[in-house]
Amino acid sequence: MIYKETGQYKSSYKSDHAIFPLIQDKVLFSTLMLIAFLVVPFFINSYWEKAILVPFLIFSLAAIGLNILTGYCGQVSLGTGGFMAVGAFSTYKIMTSFPDLNIMIIVLISGVITAAVGIVFGLPSLRIKGFYLAVATLAAQFFLVWLFNKVPWFYNYSATGQITVSERLMFGIPVTGATAPPYATYLFCLVLVVLLGFAAKNMIRSKIGRSWMAIRDMDIAAEIIGVPPLKTKLSAFAVSSFFIGVSGALYFAIFLGAIEVTESFDIMTMSFPVLFMIIIGGLGSMLGSFLGAGFIVTLPIGLKFIMVDLIGLSAVTAKHFEISIWGLLMIVFLIVEPHGLARLWSITKEKLRRWPFPY
Amino acid sequence: MSVDLLNFIETVLNGLMSGVMYSLVALGFVLIFKASGVFNFAQGVFALFAALTLVGYQTGQVPFAHLINELFGTNYHHWYASMPNFLAIILTMITMIALAWVIERLVLKHLINQEPIILFMATIGLAFVLEGVGDLMWGSNVKVLDVGIPSGGSEWLEQATIGLAPEGSDYYGMYVDVLNVWASVIAVVLVVSLALFSQYTKTGRALRAVADDHQAALSVGISLRTIWVLVWAISGFIAMVAGIMWGTESGVQFSLSLIALKALPVLILGGFTSIPGAIIGGLMIGVGEKLAEIYIGGFFQIGALENWFAYVMALVFLLFRPQGLFGEKIIERV
Repeated sequence: MIYKETGQYKSSYKSDHAIFPLIQDKVLFSTLMLIAFLVVPFFINSYWEKAILVPFLIFSLAAIGLNILTGYCGQVSLGTGGFMAVGAFSTYKIMTSFPDLNIMIIVLISGVITAAVGIVFGLPSLRIKGFYLAVATLAAQFFLVWLFNKVPWFYNYSATGQITVSERLMFGIPVTGATAPPYATYLFCLVLVVLLGFAAKNMIRSKIGRSWMAIRDMDIAAEIIGVPPLKTKLSAFAVSSFFIGVSGALYFAIFLGAIEVTESFDIMTMSFPVLFMIIIGGLGSMLGSFLGAGFIVTLPIGLKFIMVDLIGLSAVTAKHFEISIWGLLMIVFLIVEPHGLARLWSITKEKLRRWPFPY
Repeated sequence: MSVDLLNFIETVLNGLMSGVMYSLVALGFVLIFKASGVFNFAQGVFALFAALTLVGYQTGQVPFAHLINELFGTNYHHWYASMPNFLAIILTMITMIALAWVIERLVLKHLINQEPIILFMATIGLAFVLEGVGDLMWGSNVKVLDVGIPSGGSEWLEQATIGLAPEGSDYYGMYVDVLNVWASVIAVVLVVSLALFSQYTKTGRALRAVADDHQAALSVGISLRTIWVLVWAISGFIAMVAGIMWGTESGVQFSLSLIALKALPVLILGGFTSIPGAIIGGLMIGVGEKLAEIYIGGFFQIGALENWFAYVMALVFLLFRPQGLFGEKIIERV
C-alpha cells in the first residue's frame, strides 16, 4: 500500500523518464535532501563528521566512479587507489602553486587531471579484456603510488614525503585545515556529491550511459550495432577517473589533511575497499554506490563497538575478525545476492507495494 | 671478463632465481584457472596460510590462542615444544586439502555457472577471509620458518668467479643465495612431476579433460566436483611449497600474501592457461625486474622500480599478444 503506483498517470514521455517517476520516491528523496542540507549541519559534531558523514560522502563519490567503469562499462579496475592518489597530489600541487585559487575549482581541476591520467591507463582496455585488463589496471596502481612516493617534485621536496593541506576559505569560512568547522567540511562534500551524483545519474540515463552498458553486455555485438568501442571505453575511463580523482582530492584536502601516499592509497587500504563497496552495494546501480559506501564506512565502527566494547577483545584480534568478516560478506553477497544492497532495496519496494495484503 | 660483464651475469642469474620463485606462485594460479576457470586471487594468501600453519604445527602453537585467551581469560600458548619438519609438512598438506574441500563446499559449489569475473571477486573475498582466519589462528607476528633448507650466499660460486675478473680490479665474486638455487631445483621437480602426473595417470587425464571442456568431461562420467577439490588441493600444495620458500627467505608475515600480486604480471605475460608460460613468464619478469632496478633505476637515480616494472613489462607484451605469450588464442563469438 505504501509504494503503490496506482493512479499516477504519465501524460508525457518526459515525465515517464524522470529520475524518480514515482511520487513516493520523490518525497523520500526530497526529505533526505532537506535533512541533509538543513538539519544535519546544525547538529553535526566532530565525531560524526570525521568518523561517518564525510568519509561516507567521499567514498560514495569513489564508488560511483568505480561503478561507472566496472558496473556500467564492465571494465574491472583494481587501480582505484592510484587514481585517488592522482586527485590528491594534483590538489596539493595546484594548491601550493596557485594560493589564490578557490578550493572548489582546485578540486574540480584535480578531477580533470585524473581523468586525463585515466584515459592514458585506459588505452590498453582497447586491446585486452577481462582478467588481463584487471591486472593491467594494477600497473596503474603500483606505478602511480610509486611515482608519488619516489619523485620529490610531487610532494614539494618535503623531508617526510608527506603532503599537508593549508587552510582555504569558501565564503569566508575555512573548509580545509585544522580550523575548519564540521558543518563546513560536511556541506562542501555534500554539495559536490549531490551535483556530481546527479551528473552521473543523468549520464547513465542518456546515450553515453547506454553505450557503456552495451559495451559491458557484449562488446563485439555493441561494436557491430555501431557503438564505437574506443570512444565508449575511454569515456568510461575518463568519467570514472574524474569521480575517483575528485574523491581523492576531497579525501586528502577535506578529510585527512595530511597524507602519506604508500599508506593511504595502497591497494589493500583503498582499491579493494572501494571494490567491496560496489559489490556489496550493487554493481551497476547508483543507489548501490551510496549504500555500499555507507555500509563499508559504518561496518568497522559497528564491529569495533561489538567486539571491543561489548565482548572485550583486544583491538588487534578485532581487526583480524573484521578482515575475515569483510571477505565473508563479500562471498555471501556474491552467492546470495549478486546485485547487492540495491537489489535488496528494490525487493523491499516490491514488498511494500502490496503490504499488508498478501496479494 | 670485465667487471661490468660479470655484474651483468650476476644480475641475470639472480633475476632468474627470483623468477623461479614467482613461477612457483604463478603455477598454482594456472592449475586452478585451467581446471575450473577460476582466477584464484587467494593463491598468495594460500601460501601465507600454509606457511603460517606449518610454523604453527612446528612450534606447537595452540590455534586461536589469542582469541580463546581474550574471551575466557586463560593463558594457552603451546601444546608441545616442537615437531619434526617432515610430520609438520604432512600435517600442513592435510590441512590444505581440507581447506580445498571446504572452499569447494562453501564457495565454489554455489557459484557454478556464474560469470568468471564474479568468481574472481569471490576469491578476493576468500583471500580476506583466509588472511583474517590465518591471523586469528596463529597470531600476526612475524615468524621464522626453518625447515632445514640451507640459505645464505654461495661460497663456492663466490670463490669460483673471483678469478674471472681482470687482475687488480676490486671484484668480490658473485652473490647467489643458496635458498634460491634450492627453490629452482624444487620448482623443476614440481613441474616435472606435475607433467608426469597429468600425462600418465587416470586422474591426470580426467584433470586435462575437465580443463578442456567441462560439459564433455561431465558427460563421460568425470565428477567435476572431485576434480575441483583435487585441483584446489594441488594448488594448495604448490602454495605450501611457495610459502615455505618465501617464508624461509623473508619470514612468515602478512606481506607474504602480496607475492600473489607479484605473480599476476607473470601470469598475464605467460598466459593464464599455460604451465610453461608460467615458468618462462616468471623467468622473464625476474630477469627484467632485476635489470631494470640496476640499469634503469641506476641511470635515473631512483629506486624501487621493482614495484611496478613487472606490470608495465607485462602490459607492453599484452599490447602485442592479448592472450599472453603462450595463452590459448582468445576467440570471441557473438
